[in-house]
Amino acid sequence: MATKFDWPAADDRSLIGKRHKRVDGPEKARGAAKYSYDRNLDGMLHARLVTSDVPHGRIIGIDTSNAEKVPGYMGQVNILNVGDEVQWVGAEIMAVCADTEEHARDVAAATAVHFERLPHWVKDEDVEKAGEANRVTPAKDDTKGPDLEEAWNSADATVDGYYGLGVIAHCCLEPHGQVVDWTGDEITVYASTQAVARIPADLARGLSRDESIGTVNADQVHVITPYMGGGFGSKFNIDTWGIACAQLSKKTGKPIKLMLDRDEEQMVAGGRPSDYGKIKVGAKKDGTLVAYEAETWSTGGVAGRGSPPVPYVYNNEERLAQKARHLNVSTNIGPARAWRAPNHPQAAVLTMCPMEDLAAKLEMDPVEFFKKNADLTARPEVYRYEIDKCAEMIGWKEKWHQRGDSGPGPVKRGLGLSMHTWGGRPHDSTCEVRIEPDGGVSVNMASQDLGVGTYTTLSVVAAETLGLQIPDIKVNIGSSRLPISGASGGSTTVGGTSASTRRATVNALEELKGVVAEALETEAEDLVAKDGKLFSKSDSSKSLTWKEACRKLGNRTITGQGKQPDREGGKLNDSGVGGVQMADVSVDVETGIVTINKLAAVQDVGLVLCLEQCESQVYGAVIQGIAWALYEESVYDQATGKMLNPDMEFYKLPGAADIGELEVHMVQNKYDDRGVIGIGEPPAISPGAAISNAVANAIGVRVPTLPLTPDRVLAALADA
Amino acid sequence: MSSNNSKEGPACVPDSKPGKGFSRRIFLEGVGIGAGAVGTIGTAVPARADAHEPVGPGPVPITLNINGESHSLEVEPRVTLIDALRNSLDMTGAKKVCDRATCGACTVIVDGSPVYSCTMLAIEAQGRRIETIEGISTEDSMHPVQAQFVDKDAQQCGFCTPGLVMAGKAIADSSARPSMDDVEAGLCGNICRCGTYVGVRKAVYEAARA
Amino acid sequence: MKNFEYIAPTEALAAVQALSPQAGVTAVLAGGTDLLSLMKERIENPSRVVSLRNVRSLRGVSKKGGGLRIGATATVQDLLDSKAASGYASLLQAARGITAPQVRAMGTVAGELLQRPRCWYYRNGYGLLAMHDGEALVPNGENRYHAILGNKGPAYFVSASSLAPALISLGARATIAGPDGERGVTVADLYQIPSSDSERENTLQPNEIVTEITVPSSGSWKTATYEVRQRQLLDWPLVTASVALRMRGRKISDARVVLGHVAPIPWRSSEAEAALKGKAADEAAGMAAGEAAVASATPLSGNKAKVQLASVAVKRAVAMAG
Repeated sequence: MATKFDWPAADDRSLIGKRHKRVDGPEKARGAAKYSYDRNLDGMLHARLVTSDVPHGRIIGIDTSNAEKVPGYMGQVNILNVGDEVQWVGAEIMAVCADTEEHARDVAAATAVHFERLPHWVKDEDVEKAGEANRVTPAKDDTKGPDLEEAWNSADATVDGYYGLGVIAHCCLEPHGQVVDWTGDEITVYASTQAVARIPADLARGLSRDESIGTVNADQVHVITPYMGGGFGSKFNIDTWGIACAQLSKKTGKPIKLMLDRDEEQMVAGGRPSDYGKIKVGAKKDGTLVAYEAETWSTGGVAGRGSPPVPYVYNNEERLAQKARHLNVSTNIGPARAWRAPNHPQAAVLTMCPMEDLAAKLEMDPVEFFKKNADLTARPEVYRYEIDKCAEMIGWKEKWHQRGDSGPGPVKRGLGLSMHTWGGRPHDSTCEVRIEPDGGVSVNMASQDLGVGTYTTLSVVAAETLGLQIPDIKVNIGSSRLPISGASGGSTTVGGTSASTRRATVNALEELKGVVAEALETEAEDLVAKDGKLFSKSDSSKSLTWKEACRKLGNRTITGQGKQPDREGGKLNDSGVGGVQMADVSVDVETGIVTINKLAAVQDVGLVLCLEQCESQVYGAVIQGIAWALYEESVYDQATGKMLNPDMEFYKLPGAADIGELEVHMVQNKYDDRGVIGIGEPPAISPGAAISNAVANAIGVRVPTLPLTPDRVLAALADA
Repeated sequence: MSSNNSKEGPACVPDSKPGKGFSRRIFLEGVGIGAGAVGTIGTAVPARADAHEPVGPGPVPITLNINGESHSLEVEPRVTLIDALRNSLDMTGAKKVCDRATCGACTVIVDGSPVYSCTMLAIEAQGRRIETIEGISTEDSMHPVQAQFVDKDAQQCGFCTPGLVMAGKAIADSSARPSMDDVEAGLCGNICRCGTYVGVRKAVYEAARA
Repeated sequence: MKNFEYIAPTEALAAVQALSPQAGVTAVLAGGTDLLSLMKERIENPSRVVSLRNVRSLRGVSKKGGGLRIGATATVQDLLDSKAASGYASLLQAARGITAPQVRAMGTVAGELLQRPRCWYYRNGYGLLAMHDGEALVPNGENRYHAILGNKGPAYFVSASSLAPALISLGARATIAGPDGERGVTVADLYQIPSSDSERENTLQPNEIVTEITVPSSGSWKTATYEVRQRQLLDWPLVTASVALRMRGRKISDARVVLGHVAPIPWRSSEAEAALKGKAADEAAGMAAGEAAVASATPLSGNKAKVQLASVAVKRAVAMAG
């Protein structure tokens, strides 16, 4: 049923779905945007962590006598104590502070922690060895759909393969951390976070465990985060370093800056679980997929984690016989955190790669194979459309060949594809829109912009609703004292915040219309806000500019409230999208080096608010995918238990010259009536599988595990 | 088993034989008692770019020419240019990300060349022309590279942006009509995690050729 | 980084005199791209840093005799910009392999030659020989980037220099200033495989500095460098091969083949050179040289691929030069 809150019809949209400059772009391009790391407060001290250099052990002594003599030393707090166990290298033990950053490093270096060593394990790929070390626990055993044995009997072709991908790090460029200024009862926290509204309670709870501090209430805490330098799912909590930072501020009476060093960031502040699997898939001669069976295992640290939703996308429970067994491998590495579309990129590799292998065995064009089986997905039409569109973008028809490029020379070329899905249900959000007598409009909520475009989308929603332009809107987010909105994770932000903003703006406008209607001697329902004016539909002579209209408020400021969810609030958002990506790669079979020629991405996202920022999200996701498909890997050494590459040198990411040509197509005007759906996760899922499939198509053999480094490519060729 | 949160010492055992020609006078005078003692404050010898005598390890007065302005500050010799900019001068545009001469977020331009400010001592930057992101735009107008970054949506979280803008400016300064290959080559010292390279390439290319 | 005192003399002799004969006590600062990282990791902890930035005599790239002189503080970018260096194809190709403009602008050629190994055990504080609880970590550890030649132990790291193979194949020499005056060595002789904890991978004394690199005329040589590098972004080559071929008619009369990133020192392959002599510089000769170069390779548990990469790099370098 239509409501006053519904998104304007396609013909009535002047801003929604169009290209817009990022609202916060100039501030960032000037280097003027202040991130947490950039806060320099009067009298501020610098803090550093003291961390574990053993992968597993019990703390038997902490000696700070030398540390306290270091010039500039100002204080220390314990995170762990004598008797506590550490379970990974880099585990936080203490925080210390000093007058300068250099002195704080000296203090940390002069702090000695003694351990009784305990046995450790950091390896996950060889599940048998991990089992011998008592590190494996069964976590899931699911059988669904038609009878598995019958299905296998009906299959004309089967593939029985091994696939996987290792642990990677979030590697946020702004490391985790914050500046805390505890003055009187007020605790101001400049936190690099994805969850502005959640941090006060999180910090208060953490501090209340410190008996010397006593009770701290969440309302004492004010979180300020106008900008943050990357999170990707790893920055939802205050973490031990945030609590310690606040404790140090309380103890010293000074503001404290504690941002992680790069090695700490790489080791303990974010990791995506690995996933490996023995996968069996079967199909009939005509390509009909009949069965999928997987035994998968993964690690995400001591607790394991990383159970992939397999079979992925192709998972119709009535028609596909399926079995998925998952094993948790417990390792002494930094604990996993949510990573853009948790477990889905892994599931895509563990499903789309064996499916492509099966298509190759059947000598079928994978495009035909994936389309033929689209009825096994939840969105057959979406995927069929997207496969065709993407194939056109990559030149599939002209370039695709059967497995193995038979052309001359060492450089082989190939194509591959993958598909993905994601929910992106909107999170809860409250918004207050203010209209001032001087015409000023502000959108206020405790949300945050991770670089995804929240400032821009909210400006567009409010401006569209009021008939104004983007610069007419001031978006106030990044403060926990504003109306509460959800954490930015799981592609939930744009759906939630755009809906609450739309409702708040409509409500505010309605109130303004009431005031203006009186002045123009007409009914509020007769008024339209468009092109910077409020005018009467029935009598075009009755018209006021936006400023004139607002002046009628006298001294009164209008506040419009909006919520998500809102039962009476119309259908503004939805969840569940599909996307398809195709890769065109070259592989030098003498060196094993893989180069991306092109990657094409087609993405459904319901109603697009800001086309350019949507595309940027997809480009970014694809580039991150190229990173973990070809380069990224957290390398752990069993003997020492250390991550050997907690840096940006051997923890390899691509540069501007390493990504090839990228083309993105946002599906618009097709599913607009579903409303707004999040875009952060979906496009981040497929790149690895698409690239792995393209490599297999180029060289004729499957490189089982990602990243597709030269040694892995050459080993696969040698084994063939 | 102990941890002091630092790495083990150098792999080489010191050779204990003093060699000929080593200036004991200069060496002993400078290092003082307890070589390597932290923060021996008070060595207030003014540092000159041509300092013949040792300065430090305590804070040393230095002068930096940043964006055409002279800045006087006191830093220990170990303080890097990025830390001097950010911690002493509150010029926080350049970012500290890898702190190991790899990622480019700390890029500034020194004597016309892009450098990693995380890997240059502040004391060594004396007498050189330092350009930072703060100095290339005015209140009213952005540098063409910055304007193009906005125009091509070449930024997401924005933390790598100042470094990429400075690398881009160095490209634009060095060539009037760079090819896209030249642009990509000039960006090979900078890493973005959000994945903004598509916009960045276009932005630098357009700005340099404008 | 531990604190230190800083001195920036204007004369090379003064710089030498400011250095301690004891290892680890003082450090020479040129470009700083490696030294400062090592100091931040507290792997190097000098009490004094001697900067060469004010020593005018150490600057610049110029013609010298019939050849090339590269001053100790000349940067990689100086080399690339120098007209004097234009005839040295293999050297320029290697220099271009250092892809970050920032590193080219800061890093010196001499510093590139003398940078410490990138072995991740070394960089994580386990020492040059990567020992832990009395065990060598590399042979059974994460050794994908480690040595395939000259790796009988106790050293398993690879020489980090990408320019050394080209310079050695060009017959370059280094001038070294020490307390007793100057001495000259081949660039090859700057390197050694350490046999114990008390040795480094270079032959400089703690109170010596390289003052210049000289490269003879490359006139009669055809030269090339081929790097197997995963990324265009600043990245370490997995393997580098530099070759210099002297032709008599269509036949190779003399050949120098030097591999980088395969052994604890830049690895000159007399086997590959022998395979090239007397042959035409064609694909067959390149392939034979590549195979000869790795005939005695002894890969570790995880770096078998580097054997092939080394062989391919030699083959391709020969093709480029020929």
